[in-house]
Amino acid sequence: MRFSGYQTESFYDEMFDPENRVRPHARLVQDVIESLSDGQLLRYKHAAERLLLQLGITFNVYGDSAGTERIFPFDLIPRIIPAAEWDCLERGLKQRIHALNAFIDDIYHDQKILKDGAIPAEIVTGAVSYRRQCQGLNPPWGVWCHITGTDLVRDRDGQYYVLEDNLRVPSGVSYVLENREVLKRIFPNVFEGLSVRPVHEYTSRLLEMLESLAPNARGGPRVVVLTPGIYNSAYFEHSFLAQQMGVQLVEGRDLVTNGSDVFMRTTKGLERVDVIYRRVDDDFLDPEAFRSDSLLGVPGLMAAYRAGRVALANAPGNGVADDKVIYAYVPEMIRYYEGADPILSNVPTFLCWRDTDRQHVLCNLDKLVVKAANESGGYGMLVGPHSTAAQRAEFADKIRANPRNYIAQPTLALSRVPTIIDDHFEGRHVDLRPYVLCGKEIWVLPGGLTRVAMRQGSLVVNSSQGGGSKDTWVLS
Amino acid sequence: MISAPPARPLLSRVADSVYWMGRYIERAENVARFLDVNHNLMLDLPQGYQDQWQPIVDTTGDRAVFEKRYGAATREKVVEFLAFDPEYRSSIFSCILSARENARSVRETISSEMWEQINSLYLMISGESRKEAIALLPSFCHQMRMACHLFHGITEVTMTHNEAWHFIRLGRNLERADKTSRILDVKYFILLPSVRDVGTPYDDVQWSAVLKSVSGFEMYRKRHGRISPEKIVEFLLLDHEFPRALRYCVGRADRSLHVITGTAADTFSCPAEQRLGILRSELDFTRVETILGGGLHEFCDALQVKMNTVDLCIHNDFFGPTAVG
Repeated sequence: MRFSGYQTESFYDEMFDPENRVRPHARLVQDVIESLSDGQLLRYKHAAERLLLQLGITFNVYGDSAGTERIFPFDLIPRIIPAAEWDCLERGLKQRIHALNAFIDDIYHDQKILKDGAIPAEIVTGAVSYRRQCQGLNPPWGVWCHITGTDLVRDRDGQYYVLEDNLRVPSGVSYVLENREVLKRIFPNVFEGLSVRPVHEYTSRLLEMLESLAPNARGGPRVVVLTPGIYNSAYFEHSFLAQQMGVQLVEGRDLVTNGSDVFMRTTKGLERVDVIYRRVDDDFLDPEAFRSDSLLGVPGLMAAYRAGRVALANAPGNGVADDKVIYAYVPEMIRYYEGADPILSNVPTFLCWRDTDRQHVLCNLDKLVVKAANESGGYGMLVGPHSTAAQRAEFADKIRANPRNYIAQPTLALSRVPTIIDDHFEGRHVDLRPYVLCGKEIWVLPGGLTRVAMRQGSLVVNSSQGGGSKDTWVLS
Repeated sequence: MISAPPARPLLSRVADSVYWMGRYIERAENVARFLDVNHNLMLDLPQGYQDQWQPIVDTTGDRAVFEKRYGAATREKVVEFLAFDPEYRSSIFSCILSARENARSVRETISSEMWEQINSLYLMISGESRKEAIALLPSFCHQMRMACHLFHGITEVTMTHNEAWHFIRLGRNLERADKTSRILDVKYFILLPSVRDVGTPYDDVQWSAVLKSVSGFEMYRKRHGRISPEKIVEFLLLDHEFPRALRYCVGRADRSLHVITGTAADTFSCPAEQRLGILRSELDFTRVETILGGGLHEFCDALQVKMNTVDLCIHNDFFGPTAVG
């Protein structure tokens, strides 16, 4: 398979420049791919698909009958990030996570940033994801976001923007690790001559960070991963992370509290738990504290957490900064807490609760992307240029009915990467989700999840909406 | 000297899942064995004897379920029912599906290799063409059996022999003991049409088939030589070295249970251990003459009741909810 005839079509292409010349950092990869005999790349592709199915690396789709599993389409052509570009991203991510943690800690304590008027108070305290129950809590080092999966995109000019912060229960890191394993197994020579930074360190770092959160210093803290169960769309990841860290994967029904401590039910009776990496949303965490109809949670968990008997990662209540309206104020937060300008830019955002912004949004629905303030995973979203008049009318009604709940952003021309489509290469739009761990210090996984919108022209990269993924290489 | 950290406790839910994973894989393998051997046997029998598929259904103890859904027992119907019926909970397909669901919920406990093998088994049976499987029954059954053996082997060599591993072994051995007793029971009372046939060549063929269905023909030959019903009963129930003999399976299950609880051998700390220990010593200290004297069917019936009680005790002792202290 050759790249001759491949067109960047005025988009920013991660592998080729606007004159269709290969970018210097991708030259070796191009050479290896073009040196393969006819049909070889497609054979690799099929081998990779078989391997993923065999390994059971699948996800569940909501709305399908329970238990329906699909493989996450994997494209063999890697997305390559040169070292200097990565350094800048890494610094920007650290700065941003640091400021977000400072913000959340402030919001649940003195609310200085609100008193100083840097962010309108009613936006924060009126947010659906603001948890009064968390007021005054003191997680170690004031860290509320231990695991983050920031979504980055590049526009036509190649500049990176933060699209979403994903502070609550970000998923996808298991695909980063498995994609690398699969590519190394199926197509090892594509790595030849390049220094690609390894990603396998992630689970050790994660375990180390989780253990550091244990409320008391007795030896060998017990860490568990809390999953909603096998029908959750990210169940594979929950079990994968537990397996790779060598810790127990528990469901809500495996845990029990006695008013102060948290235990798991074992064949030898109850065993104390110190740290819970929870992959259950705040709402479902504890029916006594949040939604009383939750069957996934553990009654009394929040009481144990408040009493400092168990650590939770990520900390409940941190979703307040994931609200898409509050997202618009992150640059303010960085200036306020860090005393510096943001290294990474936000996507320009119109806030529908402001009258002028709302008028602009309603008049330009066909050009903008509209998002609900508290949805994720590509749900509750309107992509203007790809929408029908009926969909736009529906969103206009929703915006008028609840302006606080909607934001709009210009439709970005996401960057593209060559992707195998049938028997040739075509450009497909991608985003990038790097993973950041934050305990006493902040660590950024050198790599990330590159999601690909597999359909021609599509900008929606979510796995629930037919997206695929690529291995992401950070060069050293 | 630094002492090793204490063994990681096992979640009750996980113990439950691995125990059933072990049982379901074993059940799937046994169903494949029954189908294979019966098919083979039919080819050896003279005209008129050739359509004996009903006894195989009887081995499962689910005759009523079959008759209601399928009517008369023909080869096609029995294979469809026992191998592929998704609504019959003990069909090979259902067993593999259940084993996989259990494995999926404990992927972090078992080894990746074990998960991959169960997953391949599932992909194998869900991708299998039924027409072909019925036409080429021996090769289908062989494939299933080997895939289950491979799973046992992978479990042996890739998973730490910890508490969870012993729960897998416990489930597997109890299931195997149950199946061996059932096939023996059915043979003795249904496969044998009348007393006249005892000692005829057909009788020999049928008894050999029973041995083959537990892969015991060659091992029996080495131990007892000539085919004799009494010796076969002794071999399948009381042999202490043959891995599918009841006494062997119960003995191994008993050992696993003691490793799980940490209780010294020949003592007990919970009802499951007590019941299993009584059953084990009964098999250790009985004679085949005594069994046949009291009636094999009665003996097998009583065995199944005892094994069900053991299973129930295991559930109560290890998988049930624990009170908060």
